[in-house]
Amino acid sequence: MRKVWVIARKEWAEVFKNRFVLFTVVFMPLMMTALPLVILYTMGTTEEMAGFSTADMPASFADLCEGMSGETCGQYFIVSQFMLLFMLLPLAIPATFASYSIVGEKTTRTLEPVLATPVTTFELLAGKAVAAALPAIGATWLSFSIFSLGVAILTEGPGLLRQVTGPLWLFAIVVVGPLLAVASVSIAIMVSSRANDPRVAEQISMLVILPLLGLFFAQISGLIFINETMILWMAIGVTVLDVGLLAFATQLFQREAILTRWK
Amino acid sequence: MIVAKGLTKRFGDVLAVDDLDLDVKSGEIFGFLGPNGAGKTTTIRMLSALISPTSGQAKVAGYEVGRDDNEIRRIAGILTESPGLYDRLSAERNLSFFAELHDVEDVAGQVERYLRLLGLWDRRGDVAATFSKGMRQKLAIARAMLHEPTVLFLDEPTAGLDPEMARLVREFIGELKDEGRTIFLSTHNLDEADRLCDRIAVVNTGLLALDTPEALRAKLYDRVVVVHLSAASPAYEKVVSEQPFVRSVELKDNKLVVGLDDPEKNNPELIRALVDAGADIQFVGELRRSLEEIYLRLVK
Ligand SMILES: Nc1ncnc2c1ncn2[C@@H]1O[C@H](COP(=O)(O)OP(=O)(O)OP(=O)(O)O)[C@@H](O)[C@H]1O
Ligand SMILES: [Mg+2]
Repeated sequence: MRKVWVIARKEWAEVFKNRFVLFTVVFMPLMMTALPLVILYTMGTTEEMAGFSTADMPASFADLCEGMSGETCGQYFIVSQFMLLFMLLPLAIPATFASYSIVGEKTTRTLEPVLATPVTTFELLAGKAVAAALPAIGATWLSFSIFSLGVAILTEGPGLLRQVTGPLWLFAIVVVGPLLAVASVSIAIMVSSRANDPRVAEQISMLVILPLLGLFFAQISGLIFINETMILWMAIGVTVLDVGLLAFATQLFQREAILTRWK
Repeated sequence: MIVAKGLTKRFGDVLAVDDLDLDVKSGEIFGFLGPNGAGKTTTIRMLSALISPTSGQAKVAGYEVGRDDNEIRRIAGILTESPGLYDRLSAERNLSFFAELHDVEDVAGQVERYLRLLGLWDRRGDVAATFSKGMRQKLAIARAMLHEPTVLFLDEPTAGLDPEMARLVREFIGELKDEGRTIFLSTHNLDEADRLCDRIAVVNTGLLALDTPEALRAKLYDRVVVVHLSAASPAYEKVVSEQPFVRSVELKDNKLVVGLDDPEKNNPELIRALVDAGADIQFVGELRRSLEEIYLRLVK
């Protein structure tokens, strides 16, 4: 297990020197935190929100607003859309990081000397996965904490804060986020084993965000609304997916295959 | 120290290494020669437990390839064909990463030791991307040494180095041998192999020859003595050819080129006969076949 850290630390020292990766890891979370807060702030300072009532929202959402004023519920509706956007982070960051980390090593042929050391393929894979997933999870949690703080400051009364830090959001951010990061890493590993350009690998791996964007637009248009049951099913689904993807990625990550078949 | 029996590797339809038998003794520098695509890198990769043989067995320091791979990786060091350095990391960080992967106890100490030994200590903080080819090669050699391997696989260590740098690396390899390490050296530099190696294998997919450089010479060529005369004459050639131990004789300018079975024994008689015939002898020397001639004859 110690070697997983040895590898992860090396990855961080190396891959973060790449400005594309640094940009994704720093800029995306910043944006995802600032955007909802700016929207909240503008909503709070304009008078239009005052006349907002639960009738203006999809019926499935109005149920969630029990005990809130029309205005708070309106704010909550808008802010709710950002829960899914927060979950973009654990998908996008690992895809970028792992693409650069693996395709980079492939093109510079740095894996052969590593494979000649007594490191197991599992440790190597785990080191790379940890290196890609941890910053993503960290960035997601940090963004979310700042966001919650902003919500506490910008909104009146505990209504909105209670929702945002309620079980639904916490479960999404704390449990589903890391699960998504694992899926993203596994996919990036598979794609990277076939790609020769980290940017191409990154772009293909980024397709993992499509299902999430699909959910996002379905929710905005009122088709669905993410509630406790749905997020639970999502967690179960992603866990199953993770197991399958990880098994497949491990298969691709065999010593000999890396040296002789990764082209 | 390294034993291979029937070692074979196929990549799909390509037979890269065919039925190779090797026996490398402990503490020797073993040269591994062969044309491009002869399977040298593939053999090194099999012996250092990076890829598995299609068939056949190999043992390194008693550990069996395919079964004790992790032990082999612990005691062997490898200089891979391409240096494979992390360009964005400093020389020092490149090494410390590998020292940690090898569970080296005194990481900083070993890193310093080999950076100093290879003359890279002053550049330890610079990222590898700024290094010249020779410095990169030296850094890669240092990387292979951090865990004090008893067996070293060097895949073309002096390829692309200037004569001075190549010489430095050769001297370093010599020192490693003096420390008792076994060195498996693949190279295209035949002069280097001749000077450095105790024994040499010439391969081209399969094994073509394996022996000391001297024995290879003796096996492939008669020994040849060159007699320089102040003035040549066909008469001398006749005198020489009449000697029973002479296998061949040729007159070139004012030199007699004589093929002999055993120069140590035959030379005095040969010289006496020439002097008796009135020849003025300036020098007598042995014509050493270069390893290149031997090699080219073998792989042809
Ligand atoms: N991963 C691979 N996939 C398919 N064929 C391979 C692979 N690696 C090597 N080969 C083939 O195996 C043969 C031996 O290659 P190898 O690299 O071992 O030669 P070499 O003796 O090291 O050559 P060089 O002197 O050019 O370094 C070649 O025909 C090569 O094309
Ligand atoms: Mg080679």
